[in-house]
Amino acid sequence: MAKIKSLADLKNLRDNMKSGIDLRERGDHPDALPQVKVGMATSGIASGAKEIMNFMIDELDKRGIPAVVTQTGDMGYCYAEPTIEVKLPGQDPVVFGYVNQAKADEIIEKYIKNGELVDGILPVNFRSVNE
Amino acid sequence: MGKINLIIDNKPVQVENGTTVLQAAKEIGIEIPTLCYFQLKDLNIENKPGGCRVCVVEIEGRRNLAPSCTTNCTEGMIVHTHSLRVLNARRTVVELILSDHPADCLVCPKSGNCELQNLAHRLGIREISYQGVQSTYRKDTSPSIIRDVDKCVMCRRCEMMCNDVQTVGALSAINRGFTAVVAPAFEQNLDKSPCTFCGQCVAVCPVGALSEVDNTPQVIRALTDKTKTVIVQTAPAVRVALGEEFGMEPGTIVTGKMAAALRELGFNYVFDTDFAADLTIMEEGTELLGRLSDFLAGKKDVKLPILTSCCPGWVNFLEHNFPEMKEVPSTAKSPQQMFGAIAKTYFANKIGVKREDLIVVSVMPCLAKKYECQRDEFKTNGDPDVNYSISTRELAKLIKMANIDFVNLPDAEFDNPLGESTGAAPIFGVTGGVIEAAVRTAYEVFTGQKLPKIEFTELRGLEGVRSATIKVGDLDLNIGIANGLGNARKLLNQVKKGEANYHAIEIMACPGGCIGGGGQPLHHGNSEIILKRSAAIYEEDRNKPLRKSHENPYIVKLYEEFLGKPCGELSHHLLHTHYFDRSTKIEIE
Amino acid sequence: MAKIKYHILCCGGTGCHASKSDVIMSRFNEVINEKGLTSDAKVVATGCFGFCEQGPIVKILPDNTFYTRVTPEDVEEIINEHIIKGRKVTRLLYTDPAKNEHIEDSKHMNFYKKQIRIALRNCGFIDPENINEYIAREGYEALSKVLGEMTPQQAIEEVKLSGLRGRGGGGFPTGLKWEFASKYQADQKYVVCNADEGDPGAFMDRSILEGDPHSVLEAMEICGYCIGATKGLIYIRAEYPLAIHRLKVAIKQAREVGLLGKDILGTGFDFDVELRYGAGAFVCGEETALIHSMEGHRGEPTVKPPFPAESGYLKKPSNVNNVETFANIPVIFNKGANWFNKIGTERSKGTKVFALAGKINNVGLIEVPMGTTLREVIYEIGGGIKGGKKFKAVQTGGPSGGCLTEKHLDVPIEYDTLIAAGSMMGSGGMIVMDEDNCMVSVAKFYLEFTVEESCGKCTPCRIGNKRLHEILDKITKGHGTMEDLDKLKNLSQVIKDTALCGLGQTSPNPVLSTIDNFWDEYVEHVTVKKCRAGVCTSMLKFVIDPEVCIGCTLCARNCPVNAITGERKSPHQINQDICIKCGTCKEKCKFGAISIK
Repeated sequence: MAKIKSLADLKNLRDNMKSGIDLRERGDHPDALPQVKVGMATSGIASGAKEIMNFMIDELDKRGIPAVVTQTGDMGYCYAEPTIEVKLPGQDPVVFGYVNQAKADEIIEKYIKNGELVDGILPVNFRSVNE
Repeated sequence: MGKINLIIDNKPVQVENGTTVLQAAKEIGIEIPTLCYFQLKDLNIENKPGGCRVCVVEIEGRRNLAPSCTTNCTEGMIVHTHSLRVLNARRTVVELILSDHPADCLVCPKSGNCELQNLAHRLGIREISYQGVQSTYRKDTSPSIIRDVDKCVMCRRCEMMCNDVQTVGALSAINRGFTAVVAPAFEQNLDKSPCTFCGQCVAVCPVGALSEVDNTPQVIRALTDKTKTVIVQTAPAVRVALGEEFGMEPGTIVTGKMAAALRELGFNYVFDTDFAADLTIMEEGTELLGRLSDFLAGKKDVKLPILTSCCPGWVNFLEHNFPEMKEVPSTAKSPQQMFGAIAKTYFANKIGVKREDLIVVSVMPCLAKKYECQRDEFKTNGDPDVNYSISTRELAKLIKMANIDFVNLPDAEFDNPLGESTGAAPIFGVTGGVIEAAVRTAYEVFTGQKLPKIEFTELRGLEGVRSATIKVGDLDLNIGIANGLGNARKLLNQVKKGEANYHAIEIMACPGGCIGGGGQPLHHGNSEIILKRSAAIYEEDRNKPLRKSHENPYIVKLYEEFLGKPCGELSHHLLHTHYFDRSTKIEIE
Repeated sequence: MAKIKYHILCCGGTGCHASKSDVIMSRFNEVINEKGLTSDAKVVATGCFGFCEQGPIVKILPDNTFYTRVTPEDVEEIINEHIIKGRKVTRLLYTDPAKNEHIEDSKHMNFYKKQIRIALRNCGFIDPENINEYIAREGYEALSKVLGEMTPQQAIEEVKLSGLRGRGGGGFPTGLKWEFASKYQADQKYVVCNADEGDPGAFMDRSILEGDPHSVLEAMEICGYCIGATKGLIYIRAEYPLAIHRLKVAIKQAREVGLLGKDILGTGFDFDVELRYGAGAFVCGEETALIHSMEGHRGEPTVKPPFPAESGYLKKPSNVNNVETFANIPVIFNKGANWFNKIGTERSKGTKVFALAGKINNVGLIEVPMGTTLREVIYEIGGGIKGGKKFKAVQTGGPSGGCLTEKHLDVPIEYDTLIAAGSMMGSGGMIVMDEDNCMVSVAKFYLEFTVEESCGKCTPCRIGNKRLHEILDKITKGHGTMEDLDKLKNLSQVIKDTALCGLGQTSPNPVLSTIDNFWDEYVEHVTVKKCRAGVCTSMLKFVIDPEVCIGCTLCARNCPVNAITGERKSPHQINQDICIKCGTCKEKCKFGAISIK
């Protein structure tokens, strides 16, 4: 291991190491962060949910937006898959359907960043199973 | 160091900063009872573990009671030494100690001289409210010391003596809680430990947990055996302490009464170890001069400094702790053993008694002497040169048993030929005395001139380690003196490291020398007593017409009639010995 | 490369370790490898989560799923369902005993809701064997702040301002202690960490050392800087092998990166830490006894003063703090004393870790703000009394503490209120008792412990406690008298008043507090010879109701000591002199003819 010779060294190391446990830090106080749940039942995976999840994780990270991305089971909107549920701090969760990379990008930029609603919101007729 | 004002039992008192409450109370005449606390002030020995909790006092503003022995006075302190709370606590604590103490006071060796017994009496304890199981341990009998630690009160005085003062390390606390007790490592017997039998543990034990092996029954049996001739020798330090056992002022010289009492007890001949002390000087002094002249002649590997060998506790210590130095001490036997060897040859022959019909008893201030006289190298065909060694305390017991009014006895003289001594002999009983006696003779033999001044005050005192340089003709004789085995260890370590340049070193195992021996009347922490015994020893010296060993006419005669010359062949055979490696190896049974 | 989506945190504390958490971890790794999920999920061995009742615990982040009582056989299902399909394995979720509902998110568990984790902040969160994870959580930043920006006196002031008090039991203000040690001049000083946790059932310090060893090392360094010491010693009991291992790893890693050793962070400050092993004597938690033990002497206390600050290890000025105290220190510097002193109460700042045990639903390790009430701890965090029984008492402070009752439930937990209520904070043991506990027997249990653990140096503790225990034993055997109760009271008071060290002075507390609060039970034991909890078997009397007994002889045939006699088909009798009250007869009787009187 390299020697830590100064406070600057220590801070650098901390910043490098932080990403390693970021996921845990966010999970530790999820209510303060945007929470993204990707529907990942068999049907969801078939329709590309896995790729969307990876996209969301990578892009949020790249754009420096702290958020909690998790997967969930069938959301009950099989017709509109891939689906993702986004819950901004202090707000009710919103479910988006037919999410592709372009949609995902829009959701990040508009909804998660600025709270502007975007198209594709599914009517919430029952609460998420994980609620 | 400023002064501090406080109030103890409504009395104002001013003391030096650093004074304990116990001391401060004492200064205004308030004697707070203690048990574990122990002090020999003039010898810088102190034991205050704060363990017994007998000396607790109430200090206003403090949550709990304070042990006065370890609590320093502070400005404005208000102390109560006998409030109801204190009295109840103190009584309860003593009752607790008594509840774990065998109640066999009637037959206890310390009965009548027991600090716990006195304490219970002082506090007026008539019943023990808290009864329960008692802790028991196996009894351990060594050649010198009996450990009956069922009676141990965990005052830790013996442990302090054995470790801090003597650095012997034979005794320490073992086990936990209720079964905690002071014992050798792994609860082995003392004779398997590095114990030197110096007996300092016995000298400070407040109760009957540590006592001497009682050899008085054997002595009584011998005295009543018509087929035996029983002779006795008494060590120098006994005559300045024995009187204490009969209520006499410490420092009273009772040589004459002692000789009279011994004769009344029925000893056929009452002799003096002092005679053998003079003989020791002849042998040891000659040996010193021999080594010195070898050294001055430029010989290699001369064993210098020469170490005295009179003290059996010290010899044991050397054999246990410095076996690599076992060739260094003088090979001269101790006075007790020289006496035995001469008595069972020269004297037995003189009076026409067979060796085995002659019983030699020694009266010693020492417990290690009991072990010494049992050493195999001091026996001929299994018959020891000295049959029994009893302590000063045991002699007092014999005298009392025989209904002798010791205090009012008229003085008597020792018998001859082994009862005559010079002033050089009694001073063997105090630290520095052996070397002073040796110098007196060595000077005159070495220079062939008469000593201008007999007393070497530079060699005297109670300080643990001392040194002096004595002009002997052209030679500067460097002398080291240690009393107490811890001090001996310091001195020996200096020698081993080459930091000291001594020609001769005197070592006595007991603090103060034999006057503070483990077989002496108990001083109960009063170091005044030791000082007074020391003064009496020097007085005994001054009272003698002859004060140099080589002037003793019976010694001169002994060499003429029997031994030939000091360190001659017969001397070598009878009066010299050698030492063994006894470094302790722990074996767990 | 895709980002790792899940961290699977497995408890690697001693408790969960004992129930095979190491096997669970390796199983997770196996399955992850088999299924090619190495870029999706990673397994992290952490320290204790605290909820030991429910171990082994596996927590999945970022969704905070809290799986309890996991076995190696469950691993594959967790991976298949949770990691691959995103469906939680419901049967492994914690069930709220009150609502009988699964709770999947630890954030919503009552056990965690009221807790604030400062000393335990990293326990169950980071991998204690990886210094980088500690650094990622602002590890060693407090140290660099102190070394780079503060003078020792400023740093001591900060600790004083925080109001932190010793968590080992005494509650002495930590900053003040440091200040004392800083004032003595010496060529060498020592920082000593007391990791000789000895209360029965306590494992606060062990968990911190197992879960977050670096926080203690960092704090010791800060302390060393403050008092002018360059050497640190951790006195840890040899019975804590896992904690010792974690400490060794932590010390090695800290040395490797230069956070221990010479010229730390380029500031010229030197500090290193060594371990010293204790043999597990309770009294060695007392700081002077601890120091003697470290020096290789018999572990027994000496009278203070001199305090270790003046003459400690090897007679040099030394500062002794316990593990939990140290674990608070980095947070105080990272978040500021003024953040810390907002938590807790007027006289007790911050939080306290407790080992919750006894007749309570949620046994485990908790950390609550000072001032939390006993009721909140027992009924909310602890989930109430097991089996719906009635609460009787809670014992705090270990063998030195006392028993508190119903009437104390709303006492806020802080140093001074607990003492006022007749107990003490101690190091953090908290044992809950219900109606089946006999309070005389409880007092006897604690006395048995102190009798065993007394060093034997002072009379009141060596003999007094033995006598206390004997009297209590006599009472529980049905031979006690009212006079014995007087003796108990007087002797307890005298021991408290005269014993040498903290162990002895506090050892009668369990007796005194049970006498205070359960006097009736004592009186019942000695007058009517009755133990209402049915614990003192020698006072029980099994009797056969002649009206109900049909003389089937079954009881007589099963009695191990042949105490039951009677003709076939006529009522039997129990000879009370022979009966050993084993209860076999009552158990065997098919007609309910045998009862306890």
